[in-house]
Amino acid sequence: MAKKRVVSATINGEVVEFLCEPRQTLLEVLRDTLDMTGTKEGCSNGNCGACTVLLDGRPVVSCLVLAMEADGSEIRTIEGVARGSHLDEVQQAFLEGAALQCGICTPGFIMQTEALLQANPNPTEEEIRFYLAGNLCRCTGYDKIVRAVQAAAQKRLATT
Amino acid sequence: MATADKRPYKVIGTRPVRHDGADKVTGRAKYGGDMRLTGMLYGAMVRSPHAHARIVSIDTSQAEALPGVRAVVTSADMPAQGDRVVELGEGAANMRHLTANILARDKVLYRGHAVAAVAADNVHIAEQAARLVRVEYEVLQPVMNVLDAMRDDAPILNDDVRTESLGAAPQSPDQSRPTNIAKHFLFEKGDVAKGFAEADLVIEHEFDTAMVHQGYIEPHNATALWNTDGRITIWMSTQGSFTARQQTAELLRVPVSSVKVVPMEIGGGFGGKISVYLPPVAALLSRKTGRPVKLQMSRADVFEATGPTPGSHMRLKLGVTRDGRITAGEAWIAFDAGAYPGSPVGMACMCVFACYDVPHGRVEGFDVCVNKPRTNAYRAPGSTHVAFAIETIVDEICEKLGLDPLEFRLKNASREGTRRVDGPVFPRIGMVETVQAIRDSQHYQSPLAGPCRGRGVASGFWFNVGMKSSVTATVNLDGTVSLIEGSTDIGGTRTSIAMQLAETLGIAAEDVNPTVVDTDSIGYTDVTGGSRVTFATGIAAVEAARDIQRQMVQRAALLWDVDPAAVKYDDGRLLGPAGKQFTFKELAAEIHQTGGPIIGSGTSSSATQGGAFGTHCVDVEVDPETGKVQILRYTIAQDAGTAIHPSYVEGQMQGGVVQGIGWALNEEYWYDDRGTMRNATYLDYRLPTCYDVPMIETMIVEVPDPQHPYGVRGVGEVPICPPPAAIANAIYHAVGVRMRRLPMSPPNLLSEILQRFQD
Amino acid sequence: MHDFDYERPVSLVEALSLMARHNGHARPLAGGTDLIDQMRLGRHQPGALIDVKRIAELNVLAADADGLHVGAAVPCCRIVEQPLVNQQYTALVDSCRIIGGIQIQSRASVGGNLCNSGPAADSTPSLIALQGVCVIAGPAGTRRVPVERFCTGPGQNVLQPGELLVEICFPPRPPHSGSHYRRLIPRNEMDIAVVGVGAAVELDESGRTIRAARIGLGAVAPTPLWAEEAGALLAGQPADDVQFARAAEAARKIVSPITDMRGTREYRIHVTGVLVQRVLRAAVARARGEAFTYLPGH
Repeated sequence: MAKKRVVSATINGEVVEFLCEPRQTLLEVLRDTLDMTGTKEGCSNGNCGACTVLLDGRPVVSCLVLAMEADGSEIRTIEGVARGSHLDEVQQAFLEGAALQCGICTPGFIMQTEALLQANPNPTEEEIRFYLAGNLCRCTGYDKIVRAVQAAAQKRLATT
Repeated sequence: MATADKRPYKVIGTRPVRHDGADKVTGRAKYGGDMRLTGMLYGAMVRSPHAHARIVSIDTSQAEALPGVRAVVTSADMPAQGDRVVELGEGAANMRHLTANILARDKVLYRGHAVAAVAADNVHIAEQAARLVRVEYEVLQPVMNVLDAMRDDAPILNDDVRTESLGAAPQSPDQSRPTNIAKHFLFEKGDVAKGFAEADLVIEHEFDTAMVHQGYIEPHNATALWNTDGRITIWMSTQGSFTARQQTAELLRVPVSSVKVVPMEIGGGFGGKISVYLPPVAALLSRKTGRPVKLQMSRADVFEATGPTPGSHMRLKLGVTRDGRITAGEAWIAFDAGAYPGSPVGMACMCVFACYDVPHGRVEGFDVCVNKPRTNAYRAPGSTHVAFAIETIVDEICEKLGLDPLEFRLKNASREGTRRVDGPVFPRIGMVETVQAIRDSQHYQSPLAGPCRGRGVASGFWFNVGMKSSVTATVNLDGTVSLIEGSTDIGGTRTSIAMQLAETLGIAAEDVNPTVVDTDSIGYTDVTGGSRVTFATGIAAVEAARDIQRQMVQRAALLWDVDPAAVKYDDGRLLGPAGKQFTFKELAAEIHQTGGPIIGSGTSSSATQGGAFGTHCVDVEVDPETGKVQILRYTIAQDAGTAIHPSYVEGQMQGGVVQGIGWALNEEYWYDDRGTMRNATYLDYRLPTCYDVPMIETMIVEVPDPQHPYGVRGVGEVPICPPPAAIANAIYHAVGVRMRRLPMSPPNLLSEILQRFQD
Repeated sequence: MHDFDYERPVSLVEALSLMARHNGHARPLAGGTDLIDQMRLGRHQPGALIDVKRIAELNVLAADADGLHVGAAVPCCRIVEQPLVNQQYTALVDSCRIIGGIQIQSRASVGGNLCNSGPAADSTPSLIALQGVCVIAGPAGTRRVPVERFCTGPGQNVLQPGELLVEICFPPRPPHSGSHYRRLIPRNEMDIAVVGVGAAVELDESGRTIRAARIGLGAVAPTPLWAEEAGALLAGQPADDVQFARAAEAARKIVSPITDMRGTREYRIHVTGVLVQRVLRAAVARARGEAFTYLPGH
């Protein structure tokens, strides 16, 4: 059996060390080792986006990243989005805009939206839809998700 | 049931933030897959690589010898069921079939059919061990197509299946030989021959639709603990914790009271998370190991081994007079049930002509076993298939007669008093109002310009059900109310139930704390399905609120020392003689001094809903060189009775439409000739992404259902029914091609376009 | 997933020595978006993964007098942000913008896409059109292979045990040239090409005549194809629809697609011709500096 190794990464601003096997994905370690189950598993083939996290600022599907690849990196997950007990603009917009039904895809959509608004603070509807195409939602038909992203963008633009 | 006060509502119709929202946008909500218990083992399933085979032998010794493996189970560990038929809260089930679907006994009937299961220290070891279970198969010829399976010389899946006749269908002459045709339905109304004789125009076509999946993002999961006292606890994502409990108990042949199902948050279901697959297996593994065991499906397992909706072959005939009055209709509908009987073809038979007043009708349906996974409910089961057939024929009739398709629908629409072909008479319904809403919509009134663009309309029907629900509610000293319910919340129903309780009590939605609890903590509650929760659990919540009202009246009477008859409960206030008054909050603070806790309870069981209708309008653009369709604009009008939380009503409408768009354009189970589904990934199954669809414009029509105190109708299912037909009609008006096969994928549409230009 | 070792070398020499030590049982890991999924499905079971993302040579993304160098581990997201690539190698940008979704593009590399050697790889037709050349390092030194000769079958290529793809280099783009890639997919995003076409054209100063053209085809044969004759037909011809149709006809003749869940053989042959014409039209528009808007998936 391949030897377990210690991996060190900064997760949501905190340095975290964990022991893992080479075959464990970042998704598996987040959920099973670190008990950060906010990052969801929908397909584990990289096709649904439910497990989206930010790795060194870029959005990735954590089911297609080996935990060992994350050594030395900076990771942001859904658990690190709210500031203390305050929701951030994206979370607030999803909540107020009823942009979720079952909610399983929501953490992934929120992380992908964080990445989008970082890269493009004032996206068009077309740009939002293109950027979020790697995140599947089966409940909402996407209408309220796209509107929530628009609302979050406007709120951020208004406050900065 | 008394109808509620006609005052404008204070809570109903508003859009409060849902009660479980904060947990779901922060990742704190615990879904079934998030379950972790001390000492928990991870399981993996062994599944059949063949679509049809006899199991010769199973050798688990190598798997058991792998370090880290704790237990292996096969069907030998499942109790024998005999020929029992059991009512399981979603219809009667043949237990022999149900148990064989959980773990195959002598035969595997579809690729992905579970054969054995392993529990190990981690999921990697479990998967490795699953690969070490040696199963010897005698491969048999599979039958994949519903028409092939109906032939006399077809390979037979189940030796015990004989054709069961329902409705007016004659008894099958041959009950001695096994068959794949499990059920034969026949419904008749009037004199069909006479009806067609009265017609000036008769249109008849055949239609095919592919098997499709609900596509919920969360895979099935179950964590089970079989305790030393014989009590079994299951933590799982399910649409119905009581149904899951009953199925699990029957499959394990233990008393239903020894099983507790703890419903975790559920990541989508659409009908597909009613049947159990994993809980009995996890329970058996737990009994063998003495530890909790968790099982979770892979995405491929979800596609290959859960319960998609059938593929179908249909023949439909409609007769009309020159001025556009329907005279007769006839339908022949065959559904592939998958491996075991139980497709929703009966529902399809009831839905096919339901939008219209058809004076003479005949509908025949067949439930047929094929070597695909056992089908299950999917959002308005059976209705989308038949809407595709009837609504495209209606469009063709309108075109041939030069009639506006909405005026045709208004002329023939089902109304209060219309008798369906299968018998029932409609109460007050809103079909006409949805057609009028689309007719008057900005969308339908605006011109559509541009080459290869077309507009289509279609309507749809779904029954909606009532069934049983329980609610209890406790008044807190601070004037809030804790609401306990058994309906698992799949899309915001905690809030729509809480709002009905709040409205009845005259308090704010935010002052109600709803919680979904396990099967030991609330009265029996049927599944979250059939568009029933906001309707039926809502009725139970209103009853619970009225129970609280009665008790509050008594407490106020006690404090004022008056006869309770002199106290009136009015909009969150208690009014007594001589201007005496308490607000709900004021009196709540006194309850410990006036007799102790106030707990209201409510149940509902008998009410059946009046039915839901929707009419849709869509604009498409077709690429005539590639057959690819873009959805340009989409509007849906739907009768919601009374919309409790309009945002979530709109959300149901929009979500249903986009599922319907997926079904229309690209989704399908694509099988090779060995019966292997070749697209069992999200990548190749192709649910719509947000880049594939426009905003979905919604028009909520409100024709209150008199059977609910606030007039609620279920809204969850009917929105999926019209899209394939509406899109097919739009495609016709764009490029002149009538599509009668789903999906209308680029290759399928292009081949029709090329054929048209050749002809 | 099966059990395997993980190595993360920081130099090319170290990587080659690790590859040698694992003696054909190691696979290089760049973005991993294909490889990790395939390993989970049991399609590949390497004894070790050699993570090449820390090796400088495989992370180069720069132009010099020889042209453009794209290191084999450079993720798509870096390529689409690179100004020179956006100006001159637009087909490559078109490809990199639609490989998977945005999340996949954060990891997936063009080198990995090529080494995975899928017939439907979205970047390979563009690499062929832009005259990409693979630089391969191995125990016996470095060798160069034109992209169109790299893939040898579905999932198969010319890499020998112990060899690594280091970079893909492209000659400088001549003036008055333009390129484009597009594909037909049933959805508008997140899909595998049913047919993919990449083309690069060079026009004369007038912008009316084609000097040279190269066309790459994907998903229509066991490997991505260089439609050499279709391109050659265009040399010296007017850049108009008549000529594009001739090229399309020539391209159709060399394809040998299969019927599968993504499309029928007939459909793929038909769409090859449609896309060749559309892609040539777009490449010419870009070569002329005309405004050209393109919505992926449409």
